[in-house]
Amino acid sequence: MSEVLSAEIVAGRSTATRVLTSRGAVMWYLVLAVVIVLSLVVPRFASARTAGFLLLDVIPILMIALPMTLVIITGEIDLSVASTAGLTSAVMGVLWARGMNIYLVLAVCLIVGLLAGAFNGFMVTWVGLPSLAVTIGTLALFRGLALVVIGDNAVANFPRGLTTWATSKIGTTGIPVFIIIVLALIAIFAVVLHLTPFGRGLIAIGFSKEAAEFVGIDVGRAKFYLYVATGLVSSMAGIFWTLRYSSARSDNASGLELAVIAAVLLGGISIFGGKGSIPGAVAGVLMIGVINYALRLQRISDVVLIIVTGTLLIASVVGPSIFEWLSRARHDRRVHKDLTITANTPLSPAS
Amino acid sequence: MALLRTARRFLVATAATTALALLVTGCSSAAPPSASGNASSAPAANRSITFIPKQLNNPYTDVVLGGGKKGATAAGFAKSNVVGPLEASASSQVSFINAETQAGTNAIVIAANDPDAVCPALTEARNGGAKIVAFDSDTNPTCRDLFVSQVVAKDVALIQVELIAQQIGGAGDIAILSATANATNQNEWIKYMEAELASNPKYKDIKLVAKVYGDDADTKSFQEAQGLLQAYPNLKGIISPTTVGIAATARYLSTSKYKGKVALTGLGLPNEMRKFVKDGTVTEFALWDPAQLGYVASFAGKALLDGTITGKEGDKFTAGDMGERAVGANGVVIVGPPTRFNKDNIDNYNF
Amino acid sequence: MNRLWSVLRWREFPVAAALVGLVILTYSVNPTFLAPQGVKDLLLNATILVILAAGQTLVLVTQNVDLSVGSVLGLTAYAVGVSFATFPGIPIIAVFAIAILLGGVLGAINGLLVSVAKVPALVITLGTLYIYRGINNAWAGGKQYFAGDRPDSFGNLSVQTVLGIPLITLIALVILAIVAIYLAGVRSGRDLYAIGSDSDAAKLYGVPVTKRIFAVFVANGLLAGLAGVLYASRFNSVGATTGAGMELQVIAAAVVGGVAISGGVGSVVGAALGGLLLTTITSSLTAIRVDKFWQQAVVGALILAAVVIDRVSSLRMTRRLRVSEARNV
Repeated sequence: MSEVLSAEIVAGRSTATRVLTSRGAVMWYLVLAVVIVLSLVVPRFASARTAGFLLLDVIPILMIALPMTLVIITGEIDLSVASTAGLTSAVMGVLWARGMNIYLVLAVCLIVGLLAGAFNGFMVTWVGLPSLAVTIGTLALFRGLALVVIGDNAVANFPRGLTTWATSKIGTTGIPVFIIIVLALIAIFAVVLHLTPFGRGLIAIGFSKEAAEFVGIDVGRAKFYLYVATGLVSSMAGIFWTLRYSSARSDNASGLELAVIAAVLLGGISIFGGKGSIPGAVAGVLMIGVINYALRLQRISDVVLIIVTGTLLIASVVGPSIFEWLSRARHDRRVHKDLTITANTPLSPAS
Repeated sequence: MALLRTARRFLVATAATTALALLVTGCSSAAPPSASGNASSAPAANRSITFIPKQLNNPYTDVVLGGGKKGATAAGFAKSNVVGPLEASASSQVSFINAETQAGTNAIVIAANDPDAVCPALTEARNGGAKIVAFDSDTNPTCRDLFVSQVVAKDVALIQVELIAQQIGGAGDIAILSATANATNQNEWIKYMEAELASNPKYKDIKLVAKVYGDDADTKSFQEAQGLLQAYPNLKGIISPTTVGIAATARYLSTSKYKGKVALTGLGLPNEMRKFVKDGTVTEFALWDPAQLGYVASFAGKALLDGTITGKEGDKFTAGDMGERAVGANGVVIVGPPTRFNKDNIDNYNF
Repeated sequence: MNRLWSVLRWREFPVAAALVGLVILTYSVNPTFLAPQGVKDLLLNATILVILAAGQTLVLVTQNVDLSVGSVLGLTAYAVGVSFATFPGIPIIAVFAIAILLGGVLGAINGLLVSVAKVPALVITLGTLYIYRGINNAWAGGKQYFAGDRPDSFGNLSVQTVLGIPLITLIALVILAIVAIYLAGVRSGRDLYAIGSDSDAAKLYGVPVTKRIFAVFVANGLLAGLAGVLYASRFNSVGATTGAGMELQVIAAAVVGGVAISGGVGSVVGAALGGLLLTTITSSLTAIRVDKFWQQAVVGALILAAVVIDRVSSLRMTRRLRVSEARNV
C-alpha cells in the first residue's frame, strides 16, 4: 500500500478529523442516512415495533460480529461461530429436558462455548494450522456434535420467565432489554481494541506477525484469547437465540457465520488484517439489518436482499481498491511530471 | 498549504454537524411509538390476508397458495400476500410474522415448520388483533385460532398403509421416508401409521423397519432413499408422505435395479409423479386437491374476522363454493377426503 | 524397500488409506455395500462432488478460494431445466455447451474481480455466492423442473453403465485426468503451484500471475457448469435452491484430499479421493446403520485430521530441506 505522506499532511490531521472521516464513521453516516430515508419512504418503518423486531433479529449477528472483528483484524478467521451457537442451543435443550436447573444449564452452555473456542485457538496457535481450514473443520464438527446431542428433536418448554425476558422491551421505546447486555459487550470490545495496548497489539499482529513478535507481543497467546472470546460470545448468542425463539434445535443459527463475516467486511474491516474498528462492524451489521427489515416490511422478496448483500460486499472491497488505484495513478502522474520538468530543464547553458 | 488546512477544518466541521443532525433526526424518527394499525378494527372492505407457507419454491405449496389467493378474492379480502423463507427453517418464519404484525395484517395463514418456535410471534400478532389460521402443518393449538387440515389425519395414514400393503402382497419390511423431523403433520401421520400396523390383524406380517428424513430437499431425500435400500436390502416397500420425498425416491428407484421390485407409495403431486406411474415405478399413490386447502383457509380467515366463528368445536362457516364446513375438536377443520392416483386417472389432473 | 516407504510420503496417502480402510470396514459389516448397485450408487454420488473438487483444487493451489460454486451449480442446473423445457428436442450436446459456458462466464466474473481488482477471493466469492443465488431465485421463483421434463436419454446418462461404471462418472474421470495432467505436466499448470507458494516471487520469475489466476477461475466455473448438467441428469428437481450449501462440502473434500488452503500443494487426484471419501462416509454410515447424526461430526473430524496431517508433513518437509541444505553447504 503506498500512501502519499508528507510531513505537512501528517502533522495536519487531528484525531477528530481522522475519526470522523474514517471508514467506520462513513458507514455510520450511511446507516443513519438509510434509516432516515427508510423512515420517510417505508410506511410503518418509523415505530417502536421496528426497533424491537429489528434489534431482536440483529442481536445474535451483532454479538458475534464483535469478537469476529478482532479475529479478522489479526489476520485470522473463524467460520465455526454459528456451529458453536447451534451446539450451545442443542446442549441447552437436552440438559433442560433432562431437568437440570436452568441457571446451571446456562453456565454449562457458556463453558461449552469456552471449550469450543479454546479448541479452535489451540489448533490455530499451538498446532499452527491455518484458521480457515481449522474452522471449516470445526464448523462441521460442532454442528455434527449438535446433531449427535439433540438429534432431530426440538425442546420448546423453556421457563416462561426467561423467554419473556429475552424478548421484553424497555418501557414504550420498543428497544429490547437484552440490548443493554449487547451494548456492554460493544463497550468492552471497543475499549479493548481501541484504547488498550493489547488492542493495539492486535492491529500490529494484523499488519505484520513477524514485526509484532519482534516488538514483544505474544502473538500465540493473543490469538488464543481471541478464539476463546469468540467461542464464549457465540455461545451467548446461541443462548439468546434459543430463548428468543423458545426452541432448541440442532439447526439453530445455521448459516449465521457468512452473515456475520459479510456484515463485518461491509463495516470496513479489512480481510487482510490490520485495519478495522468496532463502530464500523456495528454499522455494517445495522446496515444489513435495517435494509433486510425494510424489505421484509414491504414484502419484497428475500431475493432482492440477497443480491443487495452480495453487491454491497463486493462494492465495499472493490471500492477502496479502485480508490487506491486512482490515487496511485495520480501520484505516479505527478512524479512523472516532476521528473519530465527536471529532465527538460537545461543542466548547463552549453546544452 | 493554508488553503489545505482550511479545507480540512471545514471538512471536520461539516462532518461533525452532519453527524449531529443525523443523530438527532434519527433518534426522533425511530423513537416515538406509533400505532401500527389495530388489525381487528379494519372494516370488512379493507381486509388483508397473508399466507406464510413452510417454504417458498415448493410445488405443492404453490398449488395450495394458488387456491388460497382465489379463495381470498372470493372471500372479499382487499389484499392477499404470500411471504415466506426460501428454506424450511423454524426461526426464519418468525421475522415474516413480525413484519405482518407490524403491517397490521388482519388474517395470517401459516404452515409451521416447528409448532412452538413460531408461537411467541403469533401470540404477539393475535394481541394486535390478527386472526391466525394454521394450515397444512399445525402450530401449537394455544397460538392459533383454527387449523385447516386437508384431510382427516388418520385417513391419510390409513390410506397409505393400505396402498403399501396391497402393493407388497401383504407381507414384508417397509420403511418411511418423511420430510423434516419436527413437521407436525408428518409426525401425526406416522403415529397413526404405526398404530395401524400394530393393531390391525390384516397387517400383522408387515414390519416397519426404519424412518428416515429427507428434509423436503430433493438431494437429501434421494440419498436417504439410497441409504435405506443399502441398509435394508430386503425392503419390500417405502411410504413417503411428502411430495418431495416420494418424487426423489421414485427417481432413485426408477434408475436403479430396484425398479418394480420395491413398492413406493405416499403423497405425491400428479404432475411430478406422472412419469414414474407410466414407467411402472409407482403403482398408486394418494393426495387431495391442495388448492382446496388454501381456498378453505381463506374463508376460515374471513369467518373469524367477521365474528361468525371463534374456533371452538361446533362452529360452522361457509367456505364459498365448497359449502359449509364445521369446526371439530381442538379447532380443526377438515377440507375433504383424499384421492388416489394411478395410471388410469393420473392424466385427468394438472397440478 | 525405499520405494515402498516413499509411497507413504505421498500427499494422497492418508486419504487413500482412509478410503480403503472405510470400504473394507463397511463391507465386512454389510456386504451389499459393494454389490454392483451399491458401487454404482457410490460412484454416482461422488461424481458431482469430484468434479467440483477438481475445479476447486485449481483455485486453492493458487492460494485463492471459490465459495460461489454452489450457486453456480444451481444456476447452470436450472439453465439445463429451462433449456429442455423451452426448446424441446434440443440436442443434449447443446445443453452441455450452454451450461458449461454459463459456468465459464460466472467464473470469469469472479476471476476478473480477483485478478484485476486484486481483492481477496474469499470476499469476492462470498459476494458472488449471494449474488448468483439471488439471480437463481429471481429467475426461477417457485418454478422447478423435474426429471420428467427432461428427455429420457439425458436422464439415462446417470443410469447406463460401461463396465459397471456409470456414464457420467466416466465423463468425470476423463475431466479429472485432463486436469491432473495439466497441473502436473503442462508448464502453465506448474505455474499455478508457483503462484500459490509465493506469488511475488512467481511474478519476478516471469509467471503471468494475473492471467493465470483469471484462467483458473474461468476453469473452475466451466467445471461447475459441467457439474450442474450432471446434477440435472442425476437428480429429480432443479430450482431456486439447487446446490445451496455445497461450497463448504467441496472445500472440505479438497482439504481432506491433501490440497492445502494456504496454496502451493495438492493434486486433483487427492481432491477426487477426498470427495469420494466424504460421499462414502455418508453411505457407509447408513449401510452399517450407525446413527446418521454422527455423519457430520465424522466429516468435521476428518477435515481436522487432514489439516493436522498436512501440517505435520509440511513441518517434516521443512526440516528435511533445512537439513539437506545445511549438508550441501
